[in-house]
Amino acid sequence: MQTNDLINALKADTAKQAMPLGYAWWVAIAAATIIAAAVFFVLIGPRPDFAVAAHTLRFLFKFIVTLALAIVAFALLRVLSRPGSDVRGVARWLILTPILLGAAVAAEMFAVPSDQLVTVWWGSNVYVCLTFIPLIGLGPLAVFLAALRHGAPTRPRLAGAVAGLLAGGIAATFYAAHCTDDSPLFVATWYSIAIAGLVALGAICGRRVAHW
Amino acid sequence: MNGDAENELATLLRAAIAGDERAYAAFLGRTAAIVRGFARRKIVQGGVDPEDIVQETLLAIHMKRHTWISDAPVLPWVYAIARFKLIDAFRKRGRRVEIEIGDIAEMVAQPEAETVSDREIGRVLDGLAPGQRSVVAAISIEGRSIGETADKFGMTETAVRVALHRGLRSIAKKFGRS
Repeated sequence: MQTNDLINALKADTAKQAMPLGYAWWVAIAAATIIAAAVFFVLIGPRPDFAVAAHTLRFLFKFIVTLALAIVAFALLRVLSRPGSDVRGVARWLILTPILLGAAVAAEMFAVPSDQLVTVWWGSNVYVCLTFIPLIGLGPLAVFLAALRHGAPTRPRLAGAVAGLLAGGIAATFYAAHCTDDSPLFVATWYSIAIAGLVALGAICGRRVAHW
Repeated sequence: MNGDAENELATLLRAAIAGDERAYAAFLGRTAAIVRGFARRKIVQGGVDPEDIVQETLLAIHMKRHTWISDAPVLPWVYAIARFKLIDAFRKRGRRVEIEIGDIAEMVAQPEAETVSDREIGRVLDGLAPGQRSVVAAISIEGRSIGETADKFGMTETAVRVALHRGLRSIAKKFGRS
């Protein structure tokens, strides 16, 4: 078959247009949020003193960090799913979450007496955190991998990893409403480890799922 | 840089997505010439036929045309897909290839003509289910329209469109995997 023959076939196949990718991403993020919310409310739900905690800075700061991570990861994932986009320009914003966390950790070191640092660092929810962030994030990760398959990632493994990062950001945002450990030391350590698990899983699945 | 080629391709692709078949054929023809030049420059040693890269890229562009945003540049999109397919082809044949990311600017598109030889796509086409194979062959190689193909096989036009779409999708999938 010559190339002009192929063009004959391609030009005739115009009836069915797939959903535009930009629109597909908004469907994916909505679906992922609904799934994460459902898993969160069924399995753990918000902490009992949620209304009181909502007045404390350290509690609110957790959401600033996790939402910043989710927003940057979402922007980066969209760019990675589209060939020829400016990945570097968006990827630069990945530094935002570490900066926020770093500043908060530094402030915490001053605010908390040094003999209590280890206590707030370990908190009382380490295993809950390491279990439920990945668990809440699994559904969203599957949704984002499906959206990547719809797209055209030229770096599938990296795109899969960022899908895991976004799933982790969403899962951590919900989980933060449950967890009573509000210290930035706790968040910086255990949230990161839990999210890294989803990133690794996304990277592994990326190459298989988003092959085109 | 390639301002004229860029604007022309963007206009053609926009018309194509709106349903203009002739604009789509023109877009694909011009894109094929650009990708051919790119592939010939990048494939220094043998082992990979540049025309296979052209055809794989056209198929990928067709299957993934919903990933283009109508106000984004076309050429970086086309080159990124071509580069991906080229790297994939080398990988499949067990070779390593280094392609610089920032080499788009030097590629002033010199449209290049096709040379005739056996194509990978022919072998993939032969592997299709008989119904899809004959529909795809009638439209591509024999150059028949959807209507003529429907008459030839005693099918409805819708059935021809479905067989064509499924056949092409299956060809694209087989190209994508080793």
